[in-house]
Order: sequence, then C-alpha cells, then structure tokens
Amino acid sequence: MADTKVGQMSEDVVKAPSMMTGAVPTKDWMDVPAVFKPGNYCYPGKEEMAAYHNKNLPGLFGESRTWLVESDDWLLPENWKEIIIQGIKERLDKFRSFKIFMDCCVRCGACADKCHFFLGTGDPKNMPVLRAELLRSVYRNEFTKAGKILGRLAGAREMTFGVLKEWFMYFYQCTECRRCSVFCPYGIDTAEITMMAREILHLVGVNTNWILEPAANSNRTGNHLGLQPHTFKENAEFLLDDIEEVTGLRLNSLTFNRKGAEILFVIPSADVFADPGIFTFMGYLLLFDHIGLDYTISTYSSEGGNFGLFTNNELMKKLNGKMYAEAKRLGVKWILGGECGHMWRVLHQYMDTMNGPADFLEVPKSPITGTVFENAASTKMVHISEFTADLIKHNKLKLDPSRNNHRKVTFHDSCNPARGMGMLDEPREVIKAVCNNFYEMPENTIREQTFCCGSGTGLNTGEIMDLRMKGGLPRANAVKHVRDKFGVNTLSCVCAIDRATLLALMQYWNPDVEVCGVSELVGNALIMEGEKERETGLRFEPLEGSEG
Amino acid sequence: MPTIEHNGSSFSVDEDGFLTKGMEEWNNEWVDYVKSVEGISELTDEHRKVIDTLQEYYKKNGIAPMVRILSKTTGFPLKRIYELFPSGPGKGACKMAGLPKPTGCV
Repeated sequence: MADTKVGQMSEDVVKAPSMMTGAVPTKDWMDVPAVFKPGNYCYPGKEEMAAYHNKNLPGLFGESRTWLVESDDWLLPENWKEIIIQGIKERLDKFRSFKIFMDCCVRCGACADKCHFFLGTGDPKNMPVLRAELLRSVYRNEFTKAGKILGRLAGAREMTFGVLKEWFMYFYQCTECRRCSVFCPYGIDTAEITMMAREILHLVGVNTNWILEPAANSNRTGNHLGLQPHTFKENAEFLLDDIEEVTGLRLNSLTFNRKGAEILFVIPSADVFADPGIFTFMGYLLLFDHIGLDYTISTYSSEGGNFGLFTNNELMKKLNGKMYAEAKRLGVKWILGGECGHMWRVLHQYMDTMNGPADFLEVPKSPITGTVFENAASTKMVHISEFTADLIKHNKLKLDPSRNNHRKVTFHDSCNPARGMGMLDEPREVIKAVCNNFYEMPENTIREQTFCCGSGTGLNTGEIMDLRMKGGLPRANAVKHVRDKFGVNTLSCVCAIDRATLLALMQYWNPDVEVCGVSELVGNALIMEGEKERETGLRFEPLEGSEG
Repeated sequence: MPTIEHNGSSFSVDEDGFLTKGMEEWNNEWVDYVKSVEGISELTDEHRKVIDTLQEYYKKNGIAPMVRILSKTTGFPLKRIYELFPSGPGKGACKMAGLPKPTGCV
C-alpha cells in the first residue's frame, strides 16, 4: 500500500474515520464546541460560598453571583478576558513548572490513551495532550512569537467564551491523577496544568459547589463535612461503642486536643462520618490501643483532605497550615496521617515549602520499633500504612489473618499516595500480613500505573454520576478481572474519596465487590488483649465459620 | 433557583430539589410534597420519627447524623429506613426533613 501523501494525511486526520472506532470527525478540534447538558457538568458554586471565600482571600474567587452553566451568559465580569490572560501571566512568572509544561510538549501522544476519562468517554478532548492544548493554545496566542504571528497555524487561538466553556468542561473531567504523566517522556505533570486552569477559572468566578462548599466548611469548622468539635468527638466516640460490641473491649486511649501527646493523628473527616470509612477509623483505634501509642486527634485540624488544592495555591496553603499550627499548639513530636488520598500529594510535594519548615517538630521515630522515618525528615509526617508496615516488619502486632478469610482482597493504589508520594509496597505488606487471600489486579492497572477511581479532585458529586461511572470504567474493569479469575470480593484502598466513590463504582459495575480501607482489615486481624471471641468483622459481617 | 409549587405553598429548592433555606422554610406542605415525589403512599409514625430525629440532631450539630447514629437513635435498621424512604436516608429522609446534603469525601 502506497504511503498517504502529506496533504491528504493532514485532511484525513480531521475528516477520515478513526482507525480505532470508525467514528468520523467532521471538524477540527478547535471548532467543536463544548455543550453543557444535565449530567455532564458539576453544579456551579453557590453565591454565598463564593462570597465566603472572597472574604477570606480577596480577588481569587471572582465575583460571587448565582449563575447557570447551561446559560450563554455566565454573568462574568466585563474584563474577564483580561483577568484570565493576566492570571496566566502571573502564574507563568510564579511557577516555573507551568512555563516549562506550556513550552516543552512535543505532542508525541504517549499520554493520549492513558487517561481513564478518555478510555471511558472516547472524547478526544480527554486525551491529556489535547486537554493541555486547550490552555496551551491560548498561551501560544498571548505569550509566544510564533503564536502571535502565525495564529492558528501555530496552534494558537484567542481566548473566547467558547474556550472558557471548553476549559470548564474538560478541566473538570480530569481528576489530576497523573497516570498520563507516568508515560510522558518529558515528565510533564499534567495534573499541574489542570490545577493552573482551575485556578484561573476561579479568578473569574467559574467554579463548582462540590469544591467550594467543602473548602469553606474546612476553613470554618476544620473539616470538609462541617463537623463541629462536639459532633466530631461524638461520632468518634460512637464508633467506640461499635468496637466494644465487636471486641468486648472499651478502648480508653482515644483523646482529643490533648496537649503533650507524642503524636498528632490527622484523618480524612469522612472516616468519622460515612461508610465504609468509619470501619477504617475503628481499625486505626484498635491498632493504636494494641501498641499503646501516645496519640491525640485534633478537632481543629480535623481533616487530612484539602479541597483547596482544587481551587488555588493560596487556599490550599491556608487549609493545610492547620496541621502544623495544631501540632505546634499541642506540642506533639510528629504527625501521623490516616488513609487520605490527595492529602499526601499536598504533603509530599508542597507542604515543606508552603507551610514549613516544621522545625518545632522532630524527625518521626516510631516509639514502638525505634525506626526513624528519614523519608519524612522534612515534613515530619508519616503515613499510617508506612507506620503499620514497620510494626509488622518488627513483629510488634499479634495478628490472626484468618479473621479476614471471608474476604478475597485486591488493592487499589490510590492515585496520590501511589504517584504523588511513591508509596507502593507498604500497603501491600500490611494486607499480606493481615489477610490470607490477596490478589493483584493486572500490572498495567496498579502501582505507578494505577487507574483512578474516576471521581477525584472534587468530582465525587452525584450530578455527574454517569460521567463518573465512565471515568471509573478502566478501574472497574480491572476489578472485574480479578473477581472473575480469583473470586475477589473486596477492593481495599487508602483514600477517603476512593472509599466513597469506589463504593458507587462497584455497586454499578461489580455489585458483589465491597470496598474497605486497609486499616479495617488490620482491625479485624488484631488480637487484642482481653477481647472476647470475635464473631463478626468491624462492619458486623459474619466471619468465616461463624455464619448462620 | 427553581421553585416548587405545592398545594398553594411555594418552596425555593436547589438543583437536587433540597430546600434552599432548609428548616427555615420547612413545613407540613413540604413533607406532603416530598412524600408525593418519593412515592411514599402513607406517612406513618415511623416516617415522623425519622424526620424528628434528623431535625433534632441537625439543630444540635448543624449536619445530618451519620447513618449508624440515625439507625441507633430511631431503632430502625438501615434496611427499614430504605423501606420508609426509597431514595435512602440522604436523598429521601434528609430532603423531607429539610436538611442539606453532606459534602466532602462522602
């Protein structure tokens, strides 16, 4: 077959059927408009939420107003284009990474088929390279010579309302999971491109309520859910009742805001509110009691997660600052963090320079094993899975893994702990020690290549459920594989968004698979001193051999 | 924001049909309206017990109770709550009681 001539090819790529799907594009991507309809967008931020953030961080959240996404008038400020171009300029000057990521992509396409949203929706604008081009095209137009002179020939285009709509659509169909970055030969962190785009959208008041409201709650009450101190404490103590029912033991080691404790423990707040996170929380408490840990939980720094990350740098910094502030106030030595996802991206990659140096804390050292966590020497924060894996390695836990025999477990590497901080082996070591049945999903769907739950970065809201089920399909498909092959019935993970959203994803695609945190499995297996014979797991499910 | 008209009363609701002003605007007409859209044939003392519990808890805590607390306080297992409110404790019962939806990693 003769090779296609270049002129023909350039026409074909726009007009010929896709070799993969046979679908026929009719227009260049720049000419395909974003059309909003119910189910393909998140509800916009409520006026009072935007006003609240504006009061705290003036100028970063645009004008507060009630606006409708499907309307052709978003009630933008008159000079919205200037604000956006100025917003890009400021960030190019401030973040060297942003400038490099705008310049260095050669559009090789290595990332194109790595995105769960592209695989789930088939929409070309969900190819990470094209998603970035949505912003890069405007960058070229305003900030590069070639773009200014050659315009569209150089892949440049003007900022228009249509482009703004496109940004709102596709930068909210990216979960900043960074799977595509793993494959980029230049190491472009496409998550940071989405972060920049969202920052810039917030400047003109283009936002979503599912992000603004939790972030406002977190600023006001300490956590996304808006649990006030007395409620937070009551919820946690309610779970002590459940622990007592399962084990026969009343734990008395849980304290709140206790000055002089050795360790401050920070959790995602959903762990004291929603299934199945509450069972993970029960696991933490059993573990700490088992080893006699001197720890306390703060009702002020009562959230590991940080929806500020999904708005802008300043709010992220403000919300994250609570952890160090509280650690200082309580006089603890170091901080232990729970099974939260994006918390660890913020911690591992930004906290040190953003909120540090935490020179009032000590380099974390396990009081039980003496292990010094050198990897956390600067942030002074250790992940619960690292901490638990170390205890297991030193044989400090009495475990009966057969109590998890009713579970055939696989592990979903939550994106941020895996790709954001490089924690790949520790949760596996923990699971293998506390469960007898552990099966891995295919290797291109785990560890660094893990597939996102499809609902991270504040996309875990109900109105886009169809989109979430599409974005989560690659993950669900890998789970289905181990379910069919090995009879896997439990999907474990180390992230609160995962625990909430994988639950919906499994109910949709694999209804017989349950979701749990790793620490729940630990709590089930721990042999506590003086406990009664356990007949159920922490969620009151019968153990193997005690059914009926 | 959309408005719901029911038996002569008018309610301002959000995109998911929850009362924008919450319990401030809540009344028996609202209960009657949610009953009709939820497909609940008859409102029983059990429904009222769930609503009362939710409202009482919300007044004290500014948030809906976690489901296990709702179960324990009312004495209804989750299965029974779903029988009473087919859309579940959040979308069904909280809506009827005039509580907002919880947000965050849930």
